[in-house]
Amino acid sequence: MPRSIPTLFRKLTSAKLFWPLMALAVLLLFNLVFTRGFFHISIKDGHLYGSLIDVLNRAAPLMLISIGLTLVIATSGIDISVGAVVAISGALVAMLIGGTLVLKDGVQTYVTLVPMSVAMIVAVLASGATGLWNGFLVSRVGMQPIVATLILLTAGRGVAQLITSGQIITIYYKPYFFVGNGFLLGIPFSLYMVLALLLITIAVTRRTALGLFIESIGINPRASRMTGINAKNLLLLVYTFSAMCAGIAGLIVCSNVKSADGNNAGLYIEMDAILAVVLGGTSMSGGKFYLVGSVVGALIIQTLTTTIYSIGVPPEITLVVKAVVVFLVMMFQSSKFRSLVFGRSAKKVA
Amino acid sequence: MEAERLPILEMKGISIEFPGVKALQKVDLRLFPGEVHALMGQNGAGKSTLIKALTGVHSLDAGHVELAGRTIAPASPLEAQQLGISTVYQEVNLCPNLTVAENIFIGRQPMRFGRILWKQLNADAKAALAKLNIDIDVTQPLSVYSVAVQQMVAIARALDVSAKVLILDEPTSSLDESEVALLFTVLRQLRHEGLAILFVTHFLDQTYQLSDRITVLRNGELVGEYKAVDLPKLKLIEKMIGREVELNTGRKDVAETGSGADGTGPALLEACGLARKGALQPFDLAIHPGEILGLAGLLGSGRTELARLLFGADRADRGTLKLDGQPIVFGAPRQAIHRGIGFCPEDRKTDGIIGALTVRENIILALQANRGMFRRLSGKKQMEIADRYIRMLAIKTSSTEQAAGKLSGGNQQKVILARWLATDPRFLILDEPTRGIDVGAKSEIMDLVLSLAKAGMAILFISSELEEVVRCCNRVAVLRDRVKIAELQGASVDEQTILQTIAKG
Repeated sequence: MPRSIPTLFRKLTSAKLFWPLMALAVLLLFNLVFTRGFFHISIKDGHLYGSLIDVLNRAAPLMLISIGLTLVIATSGIDISVGAVVAISGALVAMLIGGTLVLKDGVQTYVTLVPMSVAMIVAVLASGATGLWNGFLVSRVGMQPIVATLILLTAGRGVAQLITSGQIITIYYKPYFFVGNGFLLGIPFSLYMVLALLLITIAVTRRTALGLFIESIGINPRASRMTGINAKNLLLLVYTFSAMCAGIAGLIVCSNVKSADGNNAGLYIEMDAILAVVLGGTSMSGGKFYLVGSVVGALIIQTLTTTIYSIGVPPEITLVVKAVVVFLVMMFQSSKFRSLVFGRSAKKVA
Repeated sequence: MEAERLPILEMKGISIEFPGVKALQKVDLRLFPGEVHALMGQNGAGKSTLIKALTGVHSLDAGHVELAGRTIAPASPLEAQQLGISTVYQEVNLCPNLTVAENIFIGRQPMRFGRILWKQLNADAKAALAKLNIDIDVTQPLSVYSVAVQQMVAIARALDVSAKVLILDEPTSSLDESEVALLFTVLRQLRHEGLAILFVTHFLDQTYQLSDRITVLRNGELVGEYKAVDLPKLKLIEKMIGREVELNTGRKDVAETGSGADGTGPALLEACGLARKGALQPFDLAIHPGEILGLAGLLGSGRTELARLLFGADRADRGTLKLDGQPIVFGAPRQAIHRGIGFCPEDRKTDGIIGALTVRENIILALQANRGMFRRLSGKKQMEIADRYIRMLAIKTSSTEQAAGKLSGGNQQKVILARWLATDPRFLILDEPTRGIDVGAKSEIMDLVLSLAKAGMAILFISSELEEVVRCCNRVAVLRDRVKIAELQGASVDEQTILQTIAKG
């Protein structure tokens, strides 16, 4: 059986998830060697603590957004407004919960303007409405996705600031902190949200024909129309979904920092999200998509960021280091590049 | 007198080979000053290749080109243009967002000290268009004008550089009648001024309206050069398709088709005065269950356009459509599919195959789309359907999970056919279903079409191969120049009659 091992290896490496997981493993291995205590997990007050948990928790908003964006990119579209939607969602939830410290007899009492669950639902639905707008521009007006979502990217932060009247709203309502900082059964609560969204999205796209239709549109929109696929409504759906994912991420971001900052919440997160999707194996030109890949991509980015901070890379070159690593991961995902680098040696082995 | 005139341009013994294909073999072409020369031939005859050889896009494997007695070998369209050979391509190659004047002079603007002389530019553009009897505001963006005017601008741009030869590749394909008339007026004037014009078109009438001389190509070979007055239309068609039209072509298969095959009884689908501007003149057409209705006509005669109107891929702007006697409007293909109509498109690469999806996914796609996203076919069911049609149509694929884009053309065609058969349609439109398929597969598909009709399916069969149309159709509608000109039935359906109908109109 000497031949089956190279065959198995080839099969393994051609699997879409292999290279993102490989990149993540290399990053973790690097930390195992160079970052002291990176893998150390301790239990405090019944919660898990440690760098790994921290990475997972911090990556939650990015993972959520990447899941939504994956579907948009699979239709060969793009949504660059997700960062702005994070800001809108955060501003709304903060305004609805209320930004005043209420003291009764010198003791803080926790009151909200509207019930917290209502505030959160409204924020996510409003985010969905902004996505509906994106989808309308793309599917009905026929605008190019990058231009259509650029409008919301620009206007969204303005809307967020209008909602907060240009102020940073600080939230004092303690139960809300649980969304971004709480623990359930020892694990950060935000991770349950990511897991739930991931499972639901996989189920909805793969248990129905939605995933097939999305891929079909992304590969050949003309032929898809001739086949009877209603591309317009599907586009409307994926842009709305992407914005709702961003809205959920906005709840976590807002809870993390206990405030709503229209200017900075989710700033540039759209770039990281695009990167996560591409790292995960979904092509920017649309077609086959990989939801788990996108989540792994988001983890790679967050691990990288955390690694750079923890090994003490001078702040002025952190972005360069990040860029180099991302570049390498991308190159290794290309089979052309791999055969260029390893082609000869691989042939010799065979 | 005729013999003493010298051609301004002569191509001799031109051969061009692409890997595996002899695109042109020893083709000659002569262009005379003050003449319009039509280059005719069916798709794939080598017309575009010849033009590209002339304008320096393709390099020659054999032969040479003489312009005014001197051998030339342009290496690029720009070089050809500088030599005096200007080309206006099928799709207008201009920038719609630039002004008319900018479009005419782009790349060679009048300059002084590194600045563009806008006044002179606009005046020159106006003068260039005035030569073509066009008077428009040249400072407006090109996009505000009609396609016909844009075509004129393209010609003005081509002519501006002291052109000796003007090549027009399908210039009328997107123009309506009045626009064609305008274009022809301009071309006649240019001919009068002594320009040699090479005109490529699919429209036979236009050829005879304008041309003095006709060169016919077939399968990359020269059939001959003729004076237009000496070549009747029917002869021209025969030379294009390369066959003496025989009488009494066998049509034995027709009798075997289904019960509604005589074209009487209630129609399944009926079009009344259906039309779309720029695509098709109003036409009437009825199709019955169990009938194979043929659609004949040269390429560009409006066959595909007709099919797209029936399928809802394009919207009709006039006329009505009735399904089972009830008026109906198809705003999108999915509505037509929902009513049991299927359409195998002519251009399978752009309109048919979803290349990166698997064979299985391609086959079940239309059925799944029609069921809606929530009623997903189970994996087992999908495999069952895919396997069934792969076997039935003998699709050559390594597995159901092979990417459909990797299959050969003929097998891709079969996958699309399978996609529609899986939806179990009442009415199936087949636009060139046998194009690019080997002979064996061709007759398989023909047999399949006949057996489907026998089982009661209505079929609209579009093909350039008249032989196939004659073999399996009960009735044949004939199109020419985007008009339905006749409907042939019964004994009158043979190749000879169809060709004569196309020719005389």
